[in-house]
Amino acid sequence: MKAVFEPIVGRYMHLDLFGRPHRVYVEEAGKGAPLLCLHTAGSDGRQYRALMNDARVTSRHRVIAFDMPWHGKSSPPAGWHDEEYQLTSSQYTTMILEISAALELDRPILIGCSIGGRIALHLALEHPENFRAIIGLQAGAHVDPYYDLNFLHRSDVHGGEVAGAIVSGLVGPDAPEGERWETLWHYMQSGPGVFKGDLYFYKLDGDIRGRVAQIDTRRCPLYLLSGEYDYSCTPEETLAVANSIPGCEVTIMKGLGHFPMSENPGVFLTHLLPVLEKIGSG
Amino acid sequence: MIEALQRRVNDDAGLVRRGRYLTTSFLLEVGPSAFLISIYQGRIVSVTSGPFVMPSSAFALRAPEEEWKKFWSHRPPPGANDLMALIKRRVLKAEGDLQVFMANLRYFKEVLAKLREGAAA
Repeated sequence: MKAVFEPIVGRYMHLDLFGRPHRVYVEEAGKGAPLLCLHTAGSDGRQYRALMNDARVTSRHRVIAFDMPWHGKSSPPAGWHDEEYQLTSSQYTTMILEISAALELDRPILIGCSIGGRIALHLALEHPENFRAIIGLQAGAHVDPYYDLNFLHRSDVHGGEVAGAIVSGLVGPDAPEGERWETLWHYMQSGPGVFKGDLYFYKLDGDIRGRVAQIDTRRCPLYLLSGEYDYSCTPEETLAVANSIPGCEVTIMKGLGHFPMSENPGVFLTHLLPVLEKIGSG
Repeated sequence: MIEALQRRVNDDAGLVRRGRYLTTSFLLEVGPSAFLISIYQGRIVSVTSGPFVMPSSAFALRAPEEEWKKFWSHRPPPGANDLMALIKRRVLKAEGDLQVFMANLRYFKEVLAKLREGAAA
């Protein structure tokens, strides 16, 4: 039996973030215009595995995904054991810009999903010059909490089991079983309180409703793609954002849910490839 | 229809295994109809139809009949495909000791999905 290797290569980057040393895991594949990928809350960069394994993408793009601190193979900073993790808009923005600079990326295309889609809107507003285009997946300006977030981190509820179970219905009905459960496995592996800490940004700190209409797509093109079955960021919420920003292009993806790139990469790529084509190598 | 729940759940060895540390009872309300569902170590031991005078249960799940109908359809539409989707739309009320519900969320989601059209045991 012969082993097959994927073209993805991973490395650990050491850099200071928010005044503290961090060890951050970065994966990449391909050559060309950089495509920087942001994973969802409580998950990690493995969500972009299919993009990094698809020659239609990697023949034209250097596809890069990092695990945020506390996530995947990235460590929390020393001292974490006495802290409560809470992601803020300011930290999230700093992390993306610092990691992009450390990788010496020249105006990458940014693609982010869920919390990554939300911060993509922040970056489109505040740092459009840093990106040649921004793609927001499942991007809305705000989400109201719809369950008690404390259940995500308490001693009498298994954090991994509950995180996987909370998000299981956000996967669309047509997702292949293997990809569906791979996506949920990432959630089940998340560290204690990490998903909850990310949702602090998603549901409280990162609310951008009041400012989203100020995004200027002449400074950086903005594309929004959302899955039909996402009840966390609904198609209506994405359409509301898109309709408030002149020049923003929007696609609602039939049958897909909250994790398009991970739950159903085959169908997702039929929506993403035309967008990448349109962006070109800029 | 709700009565089919006991056999469908108990015939699913994987689901029963995932619930093996769960012994509880919960109240399921489908519009005006109430059902008390008792679980012992992951197996459903009884589904009792109301009306009840003083039903005791750890928690209750209450939604209008038309919402459960959508949830139990073969391919539920967006917004009706999951218990959390119903809760997000404020049509499903989960009340009581929700620690039991949340600690076993995958189990309860899969139990209630057993009533879906075409769901196998």
